[in-house]
Amino acid sequence: MRVLAAMSGGVDSAVAAARAADAGHDVTGVHLALSRNPRSYRTGARGCCTLEDANDARRAADVIAIPFYVWDLSDRFHEDVVEDFVAEYAAGRTPNPCLRCNEKIKFAAVLDKAVALGFDAVATGHYARLVADSHGEVQLHRSVDAAKDQSYVLGVLTQDQLRHAMFPLGDSLKQDVRAEAERRGLQVAAKPDSHDICFIPDGDTAGWLRERLGSSSGTVVDHATGAVLGTHQGSYGFTVGQRRGLGIETPAGDGRPRYVLDIEPVTRTVTVGPREELGVDRLEGIRPRWCGAAPSGPVSGGTVQLRAHGGEHRARVTVDGERVLVDLLDPAQGVAPGQAAVVYDGTRVVGSCTIARATRG
Amino acid sequence: MTDTSSVHSDGHSDEGRLDVYLDHAASTPMRAEAVAAMTARLALFGNASALHASGRAARRVVEESREAIARALGCRPGEVVFTSGGTESDNLAVKGLYWARHDADPRRTRVLSTTIEHHAVLDALHWLGAHEGADVEVLPVDRLGRVDLAALRAGVERDPDSVALVSVMWANNEVGTVQPMDEVVAIAHEHGIPVHTDAVQAVGQVPVDFAAVGVDALTFTAHKLGGPKGVGALVVRRELDVTPQLHGGGQERDIRSGTLDTPAIAGFAAAVEVAVAQQPQRAVELADLRDRLVASVQARVPDASLNGDPVHRLPGNAHLSFAGCEGDSLLMLLDARGIACSTGSACSAGVPQPSHVLLAMGYDDEHARGSLRLTLGHTSTGRDVDALLAAIAPVVERARDAGGVTRKAG
Repeated sequence: MRVLAAMSGGVDSAVAAARAADAGHDVTGVHLALSRNPRSYRTGARGCCTLEDANDARRAADVIAIPFYVWDLSDRFHEDVVEDFVAEYAAGRTPNPCLRCNEKIKFAAVLDKAVALGFDAVATGHYARLVADSHGEVQLHRSVDAAKDQSYVLGVLTQDQLRHAMFPLGDSLKQDVRAEAERRGLQVAAKPDSHDICFIPDGDTAGWLRERLGSSSGTVVDHATGAVLGTHQGSYGFTVGQRRGLGIETPAGDGRPRYVLDIEPVTRTVTVGPREELGVDRLEGIRPRWCGAAPSGPVSGGTVQLRAHGGEHRARVTVDGERVLVDLLDPAQGVAPGQAAVVYDGTRVVGSCTIARATRG
Repeated sequence: MTDTSSVHSDGHSDEGRLDVYLDHAASTPMRAEAVAAMTARLALFGNASALHASGRAARRVVEESREAIARALGCRPGEVVFTSGGTESDNLAVKGLYWARHDADPRRTRVLSTTIEHHAVLDALHWLGAHEGADVEVLPVDRLGRVDLAALRAGVERDPDSVALVSVMWANNEVGTVQPMDEVVAIAHEHGIPVHTDAVQAVGQVPVDFAAVGVDALTFTAHKLGGPKGVGALVVRRELDVTPQLHGGGQERDIRSGTLDTPAIAGFAAAVEVAVAQQPQRAVELADLRDRLVASVQARVPDASLNGDPVHRLPGNAHLSFAGCEGDSLLMLLDARGIACSTGSACSAGVPQPSHVLLAMGYDDEHARGSLRLTLGHTSTGRDVDALLAAIAPVVERARDAGGVTRKAG
């Protein structure tokens, strides 16, 4: 197969590209330039689109002995991921831009261009497994490395996207991938993992949002009494379940910590309360994305994962067209609208939806 | 196919692919004469500035090389200042002449140049503007990439005493347009203003005679004409003061310091001698080959359009735009078929940007992004062109499909 390996400059995508080449595929490496102004990210950036990262990716491609190019996806990334991220926060929701990037950029804009140019698949360094079932469908499964599993951020991929995807690291442990990179002479073997949102290089999401959305003050109120406990400079600086940095001067009467329970973007009211008020057991999802045929009615299996590094919750999932109802058998805490709920059947990803409402039944 | 085997040993997985090199404007294979001249001197370790026998042996090579280059370029040996290459020569000329002229008369704060210069000139000028208070005026070019001489004249005559320097490239590295240097020099010299020209692409491709054209400083470099990388020269008139950028031992007329690279200079001189001697004959052959390339590509892809001046043009340059294609896609698809070319657009921070040259010529972003630079050189043959012609139509078709995908939609 002709394989396009998306190379971020990190160790995982470098080893993924090397393995694809070893498997006999005709591999071409591509670094996706996602920032409109890479120079601005040059100092101290830990994101995935710095100049150094492009150079690291190029060097890795040289070692693997595959052609390498840089593709400028900055306009598409800005429109589909960055602007969406800002708009979601402005609306009081908490988006996950990595899912959005996989859905709209890596396995859409990049994949479409790759297919048009004659490639058969896009390979990435994600920790997830693809398994062909007896009907010829491609299933997405969790990786064998539970700590590194990234099936959650791939839960937005459709069957057509999965058919053109390749995840060569899904059967490996991260530590083995690093050791393999070392063996292969890849200089990125010891490069630290990236954790932050790639387009917010200093990790200061609230400050980054403030630059784009401006300051618009509002109040922090108590959930039970409605008493105003403090003020803030922008409701987008908060996320449901957040405990620190609430800007409340007086402690709670009972002396217990308070958490963000709700964000009302129109009035910019942030409601806080005790931990037990965070618990939810009913989710309403919209924008479902299914890895295979769209289910209808009750979904078999029945676990959901609500954040990238969160645990699994047993659940009853029911699909009603474009609406997904999730009844959590294990209640969850601090679930924010905008997060993705990814539905699993064992290790298999069934699909995902975006959480619109989280309530207690 | 082009015989580049002696220099194409990067060990990449290129086995079984064609080896068609159409990127001579980026760099061209070393000439056998240059390889021989260099290898013969690799063990000549003496410092050319030293006074003892081994120093003299090295110095003799350097000075003979300087004399050979002077003969080929129509200048005096003492006017050849060896540098590390085109970028250094451009920076030395632009900054060094600006500083010297400004020091001599503080009213001289203006520099006139063009929108289509290489970044080694443009960025040096912008730096002078940002850090030294220079007033940089970039003159427009027409649709063919020819500098607007009326604008040059108007710029000079507005206040001749305030002009420190005029810098106009001899031939453009992207679209290949050759500038009317005689007329540029005439306008500037009416008012005693020195002229620098970046002739990196011109030497060996078109006739270049330093004294005859009358420029005051001329940049050129070895690796574009079959010499090694890392060595070049600024030819600069003896009478002209140039403020140095590199201070130290004062090796090159106190304009440029640094121990000279004797073997590289020997290779440089050998390449210049051959390139200039063969230029008249080779230019005719290359232009024929280039014209066949352009006509045949247009026969296969009717809406491919030639950028640049069809007449006043480097003989080895074909610069084409393919509507609806990304140059990047074309380059990648040709590379996969063993055909090396360039999009002609510089990478800015790793991200391909539409060429500032095409934009300056009045083309839009899309036209600029859909361009491909195919450049022939001393090793090019008809088989290189044939290989390109066999590939171009399907490659353009495929790139067009991919081009539609990347448009802003969905």
